[in-house]
Amino acid sequence: MTYLDHAATTPMLPEAVEAFTAALGEVGNPSSLHASGRRARRVVEEARERIAAALGARPSEIVFTAGGTEADNLAIKGLFWARRGADPRRTRILAGAAEHHAVLDAAHWLAVHERAEVTLLDVDAVGRVRPETLAAALADQADQAALVTVMWANNEVGTVQPIAELAAVAAEHGVPFHTDAVQAVGQLPVDFAASGVDALTVTGHKLGGPLGVGALLLGRDLRLTPLLHGGGQERDVRSGTLDAPGIVAFAVAVEAAVKSRSERTAALAELRDDLIRRVVELVPDAVLNGDPVDRLPGNAHFSFPGCEGDALLMLLDARGIECSTGSACSAGVAQPSHVLLAMGADEERARGSLRFSLGHTSTAADVDELIGALGPVVERARRAGEGWRS
Amino acid sequence: MTVSARMRVLAAMSGGVDSAVAAARAVAAGHDVTGVHLALARDPASHRTGARGCCTKEDARDARRAADVLGIPFYVWDLAERFHDDVIDDFVAEYAAGRTPNPCLRCNEKIKFTAVLDRALALGFDAVVTGHHARLSVADGVPTLRRSVDEAKDQSYVLAVLTREQLAHSMFPLGDSTKTQVRAEAAARGLAVAEKPDSHDICFIADGDTAGFLRRELGSRPGSVVDSVTGDVLGEHDGAYAYTVGQRRGLRLGRPAADGRPRYVLDIQPVSGTVTVGPAEALDADLVDAGRPVWTDGVARDGELRCAVQVRAHGGRVPAVVTATPDGVVARLETPVRGVAAGQALVLYDGDRVLGSATITATRPVPAAGPLAEVTA
Ligand SMILES: Cc1ncc(COP(=O)(O)O)c(C=O)c1O
Repeated sequence: MTYLDHAATTPMLPEAVEAFTAALGEVGNPSSLHASGRRARRVVEEARERIAAALGARPSEIVFTAGGTEADNLAIKGLFWARRGADPRRTRILAGAAEHHAVLDAAHWLAVHERAEVTLLDVDAVGRVRPETLAAALADQADQAALVTVMWANNEVGTVQPIAELAAVAAEHGVPFHTDAVQAVGQLPVDFAASGVDALTVTGHKLGGPLGVGALLLGRDLRLTPLLHGGGQERDVRSGTLDAPGIVAFAVAVEAAVKSRSERTAALAELRDDLIRRVVELVPDAVLNGDPVDRLPGNAHFSFPGCEGDALLMLLDARGIECSTGSACSAGVAQPSHVLLAMGADEERARGSLRFSLGHTSTAADVDELIGALGPVVERARRAGEGWRS
Repeated sequence: MTVSARMRVLAAMSGGVDSAVAAARAVAAGHDVTGVHLALARDPASHRTGARGCCTKEDARDARRAADVLGIPFYVWDLAERFHDDVIDDFVAEYAAGRTPNPCLRCNEKIKFTAVLDRALALGFDAVVTGHHARLSVADGVPTLRRSVDEAKDQSYVLAVLTREQLAHSMFPLGDSTKTQVRAEAAARGLAVAEKPDSHDICFIADGDTAGFLRRELGSRPGSVVDSVTGDVLGEHDGAYAYTVGQRRGLRLGRPAADGRPRYVLDIQPVSGTVTVGPAEALDADLVDAGRPVWTDGVARDGELRCAVQVRAHGGRVPAVVTATPDGVVARLETPVRGVAAGQALVLYDGDRVLGSATITATRPVPAAGPLAEVTA
């Protein structure tokens, strides 16, 4: 099996598995006052400190969640409600047009149910939100703005955003800035304090930690309306008994991923560049989507003219090569990627796209396998055509 | 099954018990099976209500779960646009033209065995396998299509529109089993859909209210209900599409017929909107005209043949003499059949073997005298 879908989820690091399984055998609710509770609490707090240290944040700025989707929802909805509550004119959400659905759908839900107004910030042809786009949008809307959200790096096409510059524009106008850094942590240098962002989403399973655990990094002076009410475990912003084993393993993975980042990603980028070069050699009309330079080190995203992405995926799957069309599914039906459409691609290019994402277990043999299979697969998918839907 | 007969097959999985067992049998026969669920609804409802068809997200999940149990790859193919254009729009247009379409038949013809089969072949599959109840064998590229051993579940009628080429790349593994056996096998194989109710309504009309659906699609088109014997106007209606030839219930006529006998819809004139009603025997058709013939073995017939014909999905077969030309067929029924509707298929059988089909265009009473040839001229 050739796994080229690390952006969907990446294997857990052995040290994270070890920490996870060890913690699973321990009893103790971190909120309990007795010795077992205290022991669990200590483990969680140490994890919080390790994550904070690895990401340039203070321990008190870490709000544990059940993953990236929850952290995104908490940031978007929580900031919207808190900011509008403080000043009813603030009903506008400014979001990058190529955000993940965890962000876009949360904003859309607020538009439908809470009369939020959503401004989608245009992205350029490689999927980047230019700081001047945000500046222009804020110039006449700053006093209505509840928040700005732009992802650190795009999960589909891999383009890295000028986050510090964007955060500075938002700060100039006094508007809180959230970034979904799910794909960035462990792949790019991420320093919460230095970046100037007010809120940042991270999740465990994209960097070698377990599924279902993540965090929202949240500046200490930021007020936020909770989504989950109950015991108030996390700064009264998030309730729910803390998942001590998940959090411990998450912390181990964050620390390891950040520590190994520069060496690992240099090798990864080299492998990825080799993949891109060979794919284009093999299929000369393949189009690399996203920024050719400023992209996630493991990301290679192409459009194959005349092919349907789902046909390519299926044919590669049958040959043991696992990748993704990169687009979200509704009832398993592949929609043309909103990211590519936002980048100005036509529907055909959007439908004919495929994402190969490398990660910490990828090897040159994986790239060889892909290159060995891709030629006939593209040929076959091309024969099946793209007009079959209508 | 010999190794050389191992094929790459695409199993169309609706989420129902039949297609799940059909896929299971293809796996058991040693084929390399991939499951696909066809997403046909533009905006699928999340749960089944009543005996709905096969287009909800729950059905997609059921299909995926069955594929997981069988250990085969599974994908969803989005055919909503095509289904809308080729099946739903066609259904509405046929009703608007005063005919009675069969959408399942159209879906087989245009979606499952054209769009899906063409794409499957292009992607390197050898055949498409479905859970239809019919027996199919192919020898030297020539298909033989027979009725299911389960008469009550037989679906050869809605498959008879398929061409030789389409059938030659199809597999219907359930034809030798009864529905009861299929359900028992599903349970034995651990398929959770074993007890799932059959779908028999039109899948894109969720509440089963065809007239209401057509009213939404076509709007109000008022017309008169006229007595065939007296020519009297018996009432008004707001859309002739709410009627089908042979219908007796729901005519909502104020006055009873002079003779006190029930009246049936005999004819629908789409342009004027006139619906003619009359006594049951006026529904009796002896001669059925049908166009666009499809011959199952690919050999076009010309001339006369004796066979049995079926004129609607759940009707019986009657012996007939069929005169075939390249453009169409005329069937002279040995005993008259009641309520034959234009738009339905005329399917020809030799015993339980399907010879072919054609689309019914008109019915006529047999002329008092004269050879059939004159009638067809
Ligand atoms: C950019 C981005 N944000 C959010 C998420 C959702 O994170 P999670 O799977 O932890 O809910 C993902 C992963 O699918 C992602 O790629």
